[in-house]
Amino acid sequence: MNSTNPSQAVLPPGSRLRLFTFAAPARFYALMGALLPWLWGLTIVLAAAGLYAGFFVAPTDATQGESYRIIFIHVPAAWMGMLLYLVMAFWAGIGWAFNARMASMLARAIAPTGALFTFLALWTGAFWGRPTWGTYWVWDARLTTTLILLFLYLGYLALVNAIDDVKRGDQAGALLALVGSVNVPIIYFSVKWWNTLHQGATISFKQAPTMATTMLVAMLIMTFAFWAYAFATVFMRTRAMVLEREAHTAWVDELAKGRMPS
Amino acid sequence: MNWGSASEFFAMGGYGWYVWMSYGVCAAVMVAEPLLARRRHRRALQEAAESGGDRDEG
Repeated sequence: MNSTNPSQAVLPPGSRLRLFTFAAPARFYALMGALLPWLWGLTIVLAAAGLYAGFFVAPTDATQGESYRIIFIHVPAAWMGMLLYLVMAFWAGIGWAFNARMASMLARAIAPTGALFTFLALWTGAFWGRPTWGTYWVWDARLTTTLILLFLYLGYLALVNAIDDVKRGDQAGALLALVGSVNVPIIYFSVKWWNTLHQGATISFKQAPTMATTMLVAMLIMTFAFWAYAFATVFMRTRAMVLEREAHTAWVDELAKGRMPS
Repeated sequence: MNWGSASEFFAMGGYGWYVWMSYGVCAAVMVAEPLLARRRHRRALQEAAESGGDRDEG
């Protein structure tokens, strides 16, 4: 099997790039495979830089001491949990509306990663809340709506996996994902709408940042690291899903035979 | 530089338990997830090879 095999090249020789070129699972599979080493490299470099900045450059917080250093994973995880839900709902909706298989697969592949980041936001928040608020958990607006976000992810996963018919599963999942996306702005604005223990938005576009610049930079680098990680894991899971769904096709058959150890 | 020694670093000014429970679980989860995804990919490839082979021979 050489590189001119159309199932393995990102683009077959002589073909032109069109809007829906990567909507074909075979092409998308190859494109994701080509991007993976870069995404993992980026994740490792950014995480190393972010952790260095967070632990060795950013100063000790005047009021919270060293416990504040949880922020460098807590805020990025919370952002990713919310963002990935919207991205999942978007692709699930596109898959439903246009009967686009690749979009539906992406939506399903995003859900576990989004659930994981939401769990990490709650987990790190608990271990930050204990020293600063005196409790691991409180039924506060921000925390409760974030817990609902986790349940929405888990509900979506349970629903799509419970329906044997793949297409109907995609559609039911899309409905749940789209309806549930109402929760995301509620989480975001919960600290403004309700009287809450949780502090306000970490970054506001309306006012100058209240954090030290080095703290902010470390947090943003960690956010990009989580972003690259999310792309990489979602692409890995999507590639597995493409093979599972397309197992009957000639290109998967060829690919599997070529790659299998003798 | 914030830390005079390694033990100071791990103590995190008395917040070691909270900081390392957060970072530890985060790291564990973010190592486990890609490994699970890779296993799923390999399994799918293997199953495709096996079922494809049956079809060709049969």
